Amino acid sequence: MSQLPFLSVSGLTCERDERILFESLDFTLSVGEILQVSGPNGAGKTTLMRVIAGLSLDFRGQINWCNQPVEDDRPGFQSSLLYMGHQPGVKSTMTPEENLQWAMGLHRSLTREEIWGALEKVKLRGYEDVPCYQLSAGQNRRVALARLFLAKQKLWILDEPFTAIDKLGVAELEQTLVDHASSGGLVMMTTHHEMNVDYSGFRQLVLGEKQ
Amino acid sequence: MSVSQGVMVVLRRDLHLAFRNRGDLINPLIFFMLVATLFPLGVGPDPDTLLVMGGGVIWVSALLANLLAMDSLFRSDFEDGSLEQLMLGPQPLWMIAMAKVISHWLVTGLPLTLLSPVLAIMFGLPVTALPAIVATLLLGTPLLSLIGAIGAGLTVGLRKGGILLSLLTLPLYIPVLIIGTGGIDAAVSEMVWSGHLMWQGVLLVLGVTFAPLAISASLRVSISG
Repeated sequence: MSQLPFLSVSGLTCERDERILFESLDFTLSVGEILQVSGPNGAGKTTLMRVIAGLSLDFRGQINWCNQPVEDDRPGFQSSLLYMGHQPGVKSTMTPEENLQWAMGLHRSLTREEIWGALEKVKLRGYEDVPCYQLSAGQNRRVALARLFLAKQKLWILDEPFTAIDKLGVAELEQTLVDHASSGGLVMMTTHHEMNVDYSGFRQLVLGEKQ
Repeated sequence: MSVSQGVMVVLRRDLHLAFRNRGDLINPLIFFMLVATLFPLGVGPDPDTLLVMGGGVIWVSALLANLLAMDSLFRSDFEDGSLEQLMLGPQPLWMIAMAKVISHWLVTGLPLTLLSPVLAIMFGLPVTALPAIVATLLLGTPLLSLIGAIGAGLTVGLRKGGILLSLLTLPLYIPVLIIGTGGIDAAVSEMVWSGHLMWQGVLLVLGVTFAPLAISASLRVSISG
């Protein structure tokens, strides 16, 4: 049972309104790898992310987590998954601290110091008691990204995590992803941003290329 | 991390949010009082008429107030992406759904039940009927929340889900309404009303057993679409 976790996808086909987004997609993602899904707008990047996370059930094909179909053990898969979609999932009437408390509280109990540490890392220390509606779009995104520093989950599925983040923040985030991958994690992400990482486990998957 | 702890996190969060948006908390209660107050103005203040329709008016007002608060059950979570986070947590979705329904009942159904004796006295219902009113609402309002949540889950992805939600759930509220008002009528005419209460208990047990599964299925459909 001490097998390293990995994600394998085979024959994944998804169509929307009789338009095939991707067909017979096969790939694997192993420990230590960062997979960037790229492609033009409308190529199905977000759909692919949602399908793999288990939000969208409208697809054909097989998704395995550690050689086991994800349908067989969804709670097990979800407890090792951290998903971040287009909407950051930050409650505007709550403070950053409260937001992290509940968002990560589904996975494990947190101490106040841990949360403050994570907010420090995304440069929101001092804002922990400010309701999120008073924060900027980038700061709200950072509240969501602070989850990455608290997460114990292995598999990160991040859909456009760099949206509204400044240049310095993007560089730090790239480093965070590399750190996670090199310490035994798996990252799957979409972005239009040129990833500036020098890391052996970095791969790209391009969707929407004409055959 | 145990499952029950995750459910407590969701329950605490929802109650916390409800008390932060006080307007949403108080509006259904004011609506409840207002609707019930309109009836005597419409049909006239004849005590005998009010005595006959009092129980029904209280129940219909409670039902509409419950429906008013229903639309917001999943909507804000859907719009800011929190619902996806809740769905992808390690807890089974039906438990999360149950936590949300409990918090919804605590902020609407329970206050409505506690307010109902005031309305009952306003309608001139006999004091002996008060326990029946509170008891039928206490058993009936959780069921309204459970049924409504199925509709709320189905319509959360739609831009104008509010009216569709009413059309979907109001017919399903009918059995709850009939049994609830039947119990009050029996109590007003000084008959035994424990039978009605037991039927409500039966419906509530059925609701608690099956509605969470239906709610989680309806949420999956909405999110997947």
